[in-house]
Amino acid sequence: MKFFGFAAGVAATLTLLSTTSAFAVTQISWWHAMTGANAEVVDKISKDFNASQSDYELVPVFKGTYPETLNAGIAAFRAGQAPDILQVFDVGTGVMMAAEGAIKPVAEVMTGAGMTFDKSQYLPGIVGYYSKPDGTMLSFPYNSSSPILYYNKDIFQKAGLDVNNPPKTWNEVWEAAKKIKASGAASCGYTSTWLTWIHLENFAAWNDVPWATQQNGLAGGDVELKINAPIFVNHFQALTDLAKDGTFKYGGRTSEAKQIFLAGECGIFTESSGGLGDIVKSGMNYGIGQLPYDTDAKGAPQNTTPGGASLWVFGNKSDEQYKGVATFFAYLSKTDVQEYLHQKSGYLPVTLAAYEATKKSGFYDKNPGRETPILQMTGKAPTDNSKGVRLPNLPQVRDIQNEEFEKMLAGQQTAQQALDNAVTRGNAAIEEALEN
Amino acid sequence: MGDSWIAREISLSPRIVFPNKILPYLLVAPQLAITLVFFYWPAGQALYQSMLRQDPFGLRTRFVWFANFRKVLADPAYLNSIHVTVVFSLATAIVAMGVALLLAVMVEKAVRGKGLYRTLLIWPYAVAPAIAGMLWLFLFNPSIGSLAYLLRSLGIAWDPLLNGTHAMILLVSAAAWKQISYNFLFFVAGLQAVPKTLIEAAAMDGAGETKRFWTIVFPLLAPTTFFLLVVNTVYALFDTFGIVHAVTGGGPGKTTETLVYKVYNDGFVNLILGDSAAQSVILMAIVIALTAIQFRYVERKVHYG
Repeated sequence: MKFFGFAAGVAATLTLLSTTSAFAVTQISWWHAMTGANAEVVDKISKDFNASQSDYELVPVFKGTYPETLNAGIAAFRAGQAPDILQVFDVGTGVMMAAEGAIKPVAEVMTGAGMTFDKSQYLPGIVGYYSKPDGTMLSFPYNSSSPILYYNKDIFQKAGLDVNNPPKTWNEVWEAAKKIKASGAASCGYTSTWLTWIHLENFAAWNDVPWATQQNGLAGGDVELKINAPIFVNHFQALTDLAKDGTFKYGGRTSEAKQIFLAGECGIFTESSGGLGDIVKSGMNYGIGQLPYDTDAKGAPQNTTPGGASLWVFGNKSDEQYKGVATFFAYLSKTDVQEYLHQKSGYLPVTLAAYEATKKSGFYDKNPGRETPILQMTGKAPTDNSKGVRLPNLPQVRDIQNEEFEKMLAGQQTAQQALDNAVTRGNAAIEEALEN
Repeated sequence: MGDSWIAREISLSPRIVFPNKILPYLLVAPQLAITLVFFYWPAGQALYQSMLRQDPFGLRTRFVWFANFRKVLADPAYLNSIHVTVVFSLATAIVAMGVALLLAVMVEKAVRGKGLYRTLLIWPYAVAPAIAGMLWLFLFNPSIGSLAYLLRSLGIAWDPLLNGTHAMILLVSAAAWKQISYNFLFFVAGLQAVPKTLIEAAAMDGAGETKRFWTIVFPLLAPTTFFLLVVNTVYALFDTFGIVHAVTGGGPGKTTETLVYKVYNDGFVNLILGDSAAQSVILMAIVIALTAIQFRYVERKVHYG
């Protein structure tokens, strides 16, 4: 009995102590969707941030896939239990932007906490995408990627193609793919992940043609899709024709095609720069090239648009919490942190200083190709066509496009019909989403 | 104490009357509470939500009465989804029941190792739907699947990614495979209840094996078959979300988008909550109708044993 009394006393004292320390430290919750190596990066950054200061404790919580994380954040907000920071994938950006009452722009979070926030230190292509038309930065770019071209050097060799000279234009891709197929070097010439992101959204930006009106939706208002213009139709008709005999092989709506490329079935592959890790791990003799462009486009190549995800801050939090969030974002912007994130995860560095530092360290000499996505995104100042695309219901519009593409590739309709349908159905869906 | 009054009541009157007025309600209260909290409250919420138009965050809400229902029912994609669901449910029920019946009859005929066969055939029921989906997805994956390789070497251009029929076949295979064990169990039990004397008498009259099955065994299995038909239809309608999600995601095009999958896709991917709620209310009506049919007709008209 005496022992129990003593133990209870100790326990009570311990509880009291821990409660007092919890009061002194403000907890900042961060819901994210990172897995594998990228989840380790999140944990390391959080730990290092917590060790670097004693006022705030950053608590990262894994919430599932990107859509699941977004849904968890929305559900939590509706229940009045929103986290401080939510990681939202590129496609969900429009959803978050439409929810003005729910979020607090990152620019306001920073200045409100008395921090100086110099936008010019960040990569313009990325910052532009996560800003309002008036330039106010809304979310903090955490992991950004860009689509690039990968090719299997062994297959290129067998097909008699130049292993050090990947195709630069789409016509060159088609020719090389046909040669790979005809020579028997591989059963398929070309495959691609994310047809919507790579062949519509980035295709438009890279070739400097509009994807939709209103600066691709960035300027807001009534947006109408422009993806049935001749340049898109020609591109997709070429793809459909190649699909007939298997020169182009469809893998699925998201990143399923990676398997096909890794299995050595296809010689050429377009995919996010964030997919590099798996290709390196496979031990394939691979090469990297820029995203191909269309020779019919006058301004090509322009610049690509960012994919990946950014960090959003929810509204109605205490000043103390916002201060903690601002402190964390300032920490995240530090050159050594960005360098670590970029080199470890394969995502792009967000600040120019981190990019310069990585360059100076000789990282790109040792890892050729890792600079390609950065050069693509920053090579030219973005135009109205190349700042990215934004809709309040982009996931739905992408679904519609995918459905039409699948019917087209199955030979049930031409590229013109598929894109016309995608525009009609997409516009109707956008109009309805704006009504809500 | 409690036992003694129940005993007294039973001995005194044919109907059990509880002397305590509150206790019975108290005893059913937990069940009622669970039903209210987990069934009626969400159902009420769905009904309310189905008459709202709302942005994902719930910042702007409009009450629109039945506009969502009108929209959903006029949507060709929804009508397509009904068509897909009917095809999928019927195919799954027929395949799952047909194969299970065949296996059950075969096992009944086995002389040795009946128990082993039965155990092995019941096992797959323990596999979760999403895992079953993944298994079939791997087997039939155009790039790495062993069965896909087999099909291709037979000269079939197997491509469930772009060919809607292939995708549907894949989905039905996965869903039916999962349900075969369950049906098998019931058919085995049903077959055991068929009187051996009837079969022997028929055999003596000169009826062949096929004739005996169709004129004696199959009609006597009718109660089991009816019961399984309802169970399998309900399974295919509402319990196959995991398989659709893992195997096709509703594609290619919309060729495998079932009603349940559309509720998920519109609500949780496209964030159109009103439409999604309206669809789930329609599904609720379908479930109520199916249950009513089961109770009114199947339970009454089919004699068990």
